[in-house]
Amino acid sequence: MSMLSVNKLSCQRGYNLLFENLSFELNSGEVLRISGQNGSGKTSLLKIIAGLNTPELGSIEFDQNQSNSETYQIETLYLGHYAALSSELSCIENLEYLTKLNTEILSPNFHDALKEIGLENYEHEPAGNLSAGQKRRIALSLLFISQSKLWLLDEPFTALDSDGIKIIENQIEKHCANGGLCILTTHQDCNIKSLKEISL
Amino acid sequence: MNIFLTTLTRDLKMAFRNPSSFLNPLMFFVISISLFPIAISPNAETLMNIAPGIIWVITMLSVLLSLNSLFHSDYDNGVLEQIVISHHPLPLILLAKTTAHWILSGLPIILLSPLLGIALFLDSNSIYILMLTLCLATPCLSLIGSIGASLVVSIKNSGMLLSLLILPLYIPILIFATSAVSQSQFNLSINGQLYFLGSILIISLITAPFVSAVALRVSLE
Repeated sequence: MSMLSVNKLSCQRGYNLLFENLSFELNSGEVLRISGQNGSGKTSLLKIIAGLNTPELGSIEFDQNQSNSETYQIETLYLGHYAALSSELSCIENLEYLTKLNTEILSPNFHDALKEIGLENYEHEPAGNLSAGQKRRIALSLLFISQSKLWLLDEPFTALDSDGIKIIENQIEKHCANGGLCILTTHQDCNIKSLKEISL
Repeated sequence: MNIFLTTLTRDLKMAFRNPSSFLNPLMFFVISISLFPIAISPNAETLMNIAPGIIWVITMLSVLLSLNSLFHSDYDNGVLEQIVISHHPLPLILLAKTTAHWILSGLPIILLSPLLGIALFLDSNSIYILMLTLCLATPCLSLIGSIGASLVVSIKNSGMLLSLLILPLYIPILIFATSAVSQSQFNLSINGQLYFLGSILIISLITAPFVSAVALRVSLE
């Protein structure tokens, strides 16, 4: 049973206090949606949980591991605003590098991941030739490869069509059914079962 | 170590698929050095005296030109965020990126320097010393430059700021490298200069990836 616990987190950007004393816990199998207006600190919160930013105050633990520990970083998958794809590299080359950075899987099956996300014949296509939606799909195909328990998804449905959104929603539900945890931000409606929500 | 080689080959692959990113600074290096004989004097003695200074100053400027591309594309497309939150040691990944930068900017300069040395009437011994100083010091330029590049990565059009930050740190290298080549023309001992360049290389190899990692984390906040 894994558990993420966020304790009394405060975040400031410039002179703006985005949030303070934010505490919550998330257990295995739960999906948390962070909602709030533009500029309310959703991305900042996700970046703090991912270990990219440091909070002004407070701490985060995942299974008793602090957010700067190696175990925490292996157990966490963060997909941000940008698709993290280099336009000079092919889809497979991009995925190979991102997988190497994120996980310790020895021989991931990229072909199946691309098939699941609906981009079966795009393995050797340079990422620079893809549309915004296709790039987003390539980035999200990491969800079919990753073995991390905690997924942090910042606006994962941006630029996706309704089919794409359904595929990702199903994958998130499957991940949580297998004992994973997911935190996401989105302004769109999402049909994920047992969705918890906090508002900033 | 695996992530070092993966990052190195990835960066080299990306550069060879978009060759203008590393060819432009090299073109600048060759063109500007070959303009000096036309602008100053084709006289062998004059050129021989100023050759070490010319080659070294233009080397620094062309490395500075290429430093902007060290992290910018990875910052713009979000790969840098993934690198920073990776469970692999960040200094090791940055060392791999800096090594790729040196292979694409410093190494071609070392290989081109004998030709440009001949064009500026340097004798064979001075060309040998010039190459030796370039071998010792161009990795330092990339390593020290990576610290500046990490500090300014989130700032748009940061070329001028990067130069202001980095050039003062390049000055000791410039002094030791040019004086080694100049003194070798008069058959004077250059051991002191080479020891200094070697120690700068060792110090920057040990410290720069760590300082660069801290700077990058601060820049991405």
